[in-house]
Amino acid sequence: MDFAYRRRKFVNLVSLAGIFGLAVLAAVPFFVVSVFVLDKGLGAISWDFFTQLPKGPGEEGGGMANAIVGSAIMVGLAAVLSIPWGLAAGIFMSEYGDSRTARCLRFTTDLLASTPSIVVGIFVYGLIVVYTGFSAWAGAAALTVIMLPIVARTSEEMLKLVPDHVREAGLALGLPRWKVIVRLVLPAAKSGVITGLMLALARVAGETAPLLFTALGNNYHSESLNQPTASLPVQVYNYAMSPFEEMQQQAWAGALVLVLFVVVINLSTRLLLRSKQGWSS
Amino acid sequence: MSASNSILHVNQLDAWFGNFHALKNISVDVKDHDVMALIGPSGCGKSTFIRCLNRLHEEIEGAKVSGDVFLEGQNIYGPGKDPVVIRRRIGMVFQKPNPFPGLSIYDNVAIGLKLGGMRDRHQVEEHVHQALCGAALWDEVKDKLKRPGASLSGGQQQRLCIARALAVQPPVLLMDEPTSALDPISTGRIEELIQQLKATITVIIVTHNMQQAARIANRTAYFLLGEMVEVGQTQQIFEAPVDTRTRDYVTGQFG
Repeated sequence: MDFAYRRRKFVNLVSLAGIFGLAVLAAVPFFVVSVFVLDKGLGAISWDFFTQLPKGPGEEGGGMANAIVGSAIMVGLAAVLSIPWGLAAGIFMSEYGDSRTARCLRFTTDLLASTPSIVVGIFVYGLIVVYTGFSAWAGAAALTVIMLPIVARTSEEMLKLVPDHVREAGLALGLPRWKVIVRLVLPAAKSGVITGLMLALARVAGETAPLLFTALGNNYHSESLNQPTASLPVQVYNYAMSPFEEMQQQAWAGALVLVLFVVVINLSTRLLLRSKQGWSS
Repeated sequence: MSASNSILHVNQLDAWFGNFHALKNISVDVKDHDVMALIGPSGCGKSTFIRCLNRLHEEIEGAKVSGDVFLEGQNIYGPGKDPVVIRRRIGMVFQKPNPFPGLSIYDNVAIGLKLGGMRDRHQVEEHVHQALCGAALWDEVKDKLKRPGASLSGGQQQRLCIARALAVQPPVLLMDEPTSALDPISTGRIEELIQQLKATITVIIVTHNMQQAARIANRTAYFLLGEMVEVGQTQQIFEAPVDTRTRDYVTGQFG
C-alpha cells in the first residue's frame, strides 16, 4: 500500500512537471522572436524612422513614415468597413444561431477565415485592382475580407457566453428582441467583443500577402486613397530582401514596430477592460 | 368566456417541446388578487405552464403551443397578438436571481420603463422608487442605487428582480420557484412580500415546497405528467384532495 501511494505521488509529480514544462515552452517562441527583433531593430529605430520618408538605396538615415501612415489608413478603413458588418453577422449567428441560414453562414465564415491571405489578395486584385489600379482602397478591401470572419466569429462566441437568462429576463419584461440584444446582451458581452475586435485589428495590421498586389507600396506619402500606398509589412518585406545594409536595418526596425504594435494593442485592451469585467453567476 | 372577476382564463392549453407533449389540455381560471401555487414533481409541466402564460415558451427552439389564454378578457394567442405587448402586462420572476449584468441597481429596475418608452426622468424615478418599495428593497438599497445589481446578496437580487418586474406595473406576476436558490431568511422575506403583493396584483407561483404553497397561496393546482390533476382552495387541496393522485403527493406517498 505504501508503495502504491508513493508510486501515485511520483507519477503525479512527473505528469505535473511535464505539463508545466510544456506550458512554459509554449511561451518561449514569442520571447525568442521579441528578443531577436528587439536586438536587431532597436539600433535602427529613431525619431526619423517615424517621421522621415525612405532614402535612396545605400543612403544613410530616412524612415518609414509613409508606411506607418499607409498602414494606419488601410487598417483604419478595414476596421470601419468590417466591424459593423462582422458584428452584425456575429449577432445574427449568436442570437438566431439555430436556423439553417445561420449554420450555413457560420460554415462559410469559417472557410473564409481559413482562406490563405494570398488568395484574398489575388481575389481583390482580380476584382478591383485590374479595373482601378493599385490603391489604398484595394488594400483596405483585402484587409476587410481578412478581418470580417474574425470579427464575426469572435463576437458570436462572446455573445454566446452571455447566459440565456439575460435574454429571457429581457423578453419577459416585454422588450422587443432587438432591444434585448442591443441594450442587454451586447453590453454584457462588451469586454469580450472589444477584445476580439482589437485582436482582429492587430492581426490585419501585420498582414503582408493581401497588400502585395492590392496596395502595392509607395516610396512617398500617397496623395489620395486611389494611389498605390505603402504599408509597414510590405515595406519590411521589400527592405529585408534588399542587398543594402541600411535597408535591412530599416526592415528590422519596421518588424520591431509591428511587434510592439501587437503588444501594445493586447496590453491596452487588457488594462482597459480589467475593471469592467463580468456578470454574476 | 371567463367568469367576471377572473383575470386569467386558460382554455384547453397544450404545449410541446418538439415531439414531447409537455402540457395536456389545461383549463383553469385565476381570479384577480389570487395567489395561486402550482405544485407537482419535477418535469410535470409547472414551469412550462407559466411560460405559456407570457408566451415565453415559444421562444425555445422547437416549442409549440395550442389553446387559448385570456388575460383581462383578451386572448393572448389570438391572431395578430404581439407577445411583446402581452409581456408588459404579465411580469415574470425566475428561479435564479438574474439581474442584468453590468447594470446598476437603479437601472435594473428602470430599464423596462426606459426601453418601454418612458422618457420623463422624474416619472421613471417615481416608478423605480415605487417598485423598490413594492419589492421591500428600498430601505436596503436607497443609498447605493448606483452600485451594480450583482453586488447585492442572493435574496436582495431576487427582490431586485421582483422590483424590475413590478416597475412596468403588470396586473399579473408569474414566479418560477423564486425562492429555490435562497436561504430560509431570504425565502421568508419573499413569502411575506407575496402576501403584500396580492393586495394589488395577481400572483401565480411555481413551487417545489408544499409548505410554501400552504403558507402563501389561497389556491393551489397540482400538476402531474403534463396534466393539471386538481385545482382548488389550498386548504382543500392539502386536507381533502378529491383525486387520489393529489392525495398521494400531498401526503408524501408519491413515488
